[in-house]
Amino acid sequence: MQQEKLTVYEVFIRSNRGLDHKHVGSLHAQSPEQALMYARDCYIRRSEGVSIWVVESTNITASDESDIESYVDPMDDKPYRHATHYVLPDKVRSM
Amino acid sequence: MEVATASAKTFDIGQQSPLSRFVLGLADDALVLSHRLSQWCSKAPYLEEDIALSNVALDYIGRARMFYQYAAIIEDKGRNEDDLAYLRDERQYTNLLIHELPKGDFAFTMVRQFLVDVFYNMYLEQLLASTDETIAAIAAKAVKETRYHLKRSEPWITQLSQGTDESRQRILCALDELKDFTGELFEMLEWEAQLVEAGIAVDRSSLQAPWDAYVQKFLAVSEIDYQDSKLQIRGGRNGIHTEHLGQMLCEMQYLQRSYPNMNW
Repeated sequence: MQQEKLTVYEVFIRSNRGLDHKHVGSLHAQSPEQALMYARDCYIRRSEGVSIWVVESTNITASDESDIESYVDPMDDKPYRHATHYVLPDKVRSM
Repeated sequence: MEVATASAKTFDIGQQSPLSRFVLGLADDALVLSHRLSQWCSKAPYLEEDIALSNVALDYIGRARMFYQYAAIIEDKGRNEDDLAYLRDERQYTNLLIHELPKGDFAFTMVRQFLVDVFYNMYLEQLLASTDETIAAIAAKAVKETRYHLKRSEPWITQLSQGTDESRQRILCALDELKDFTGELFEMLEWEAQLVEAGIAVDRSSLQAPWDAYVQKFLAVSEIDYQDSKLQIRGGRNGIHTEHLGQMLCEMQYLQRSYPNMNW
């Protein structure tokens, strides 16, 4: 099997109910179904997750690193946009 | 020489109770197949498949350990799971022969896996109902793994047999070689039949027809006509093996044989 014939997939795992899927890495596979199975074997074999997403890497549109200033800098001087002054009740977990 | 004779007697398969032989046989099946699968580690077609195959090997070694631990309790001779795995010779191993065949090429490994996965899906499903609680509990754990194994092996068979001429040829060669060893999966031994009556074991012979039907139907999709071979090679449960098991054990047991009681 030649590596270049394989498709790269990004893997997202939800570690617990109520949490979001988090990106954990990528892998090679021949089909989305196979990618799911490999994700199980590569990333949650110690039962780290309750749900897996796999997405073809080419389907992800990413921000350009050299262009990141125009995305991020304008927010720097607007602290009121952060909800840091709210106290989170103990009963709310996983936020 | 006295020591050798004594130990040969201790290990005599025929002197073990039916339950002991039964559990030990299942343990040997799992360990030997696990070792064959583990031989792919770092050699599989690509990294992801390497990890996935090794995971299957680990599932089987987990299954082997549970059966060995139980076998050690049943025989009650002070031997532990490691003694059973590493200090018995070829003639004392009682795995069904299909498990011990060398890993071959990737097609051979996956075809064997497919054939035994179908078998274990049917077998373990019935073993769940064993009146022996420990055996039923081991089956309950193993059956989930084996469902996943089949989900993994089936697409490979389809893909390789419908792939290139080369890959199809390799699948056909593997089937040709393996079909002489599938009959033994369904051959009952006298002592095993006693255990079926007691509700402990599964009547493997009753699985032949559904297994044939499943395998034939699945392979027919890839235009492969699968028929059971008239030649069937047997003997595993009685300690009679192909030439390959001795070589495998030689490698697998080397460390314990050369450095007895070695730990790390």
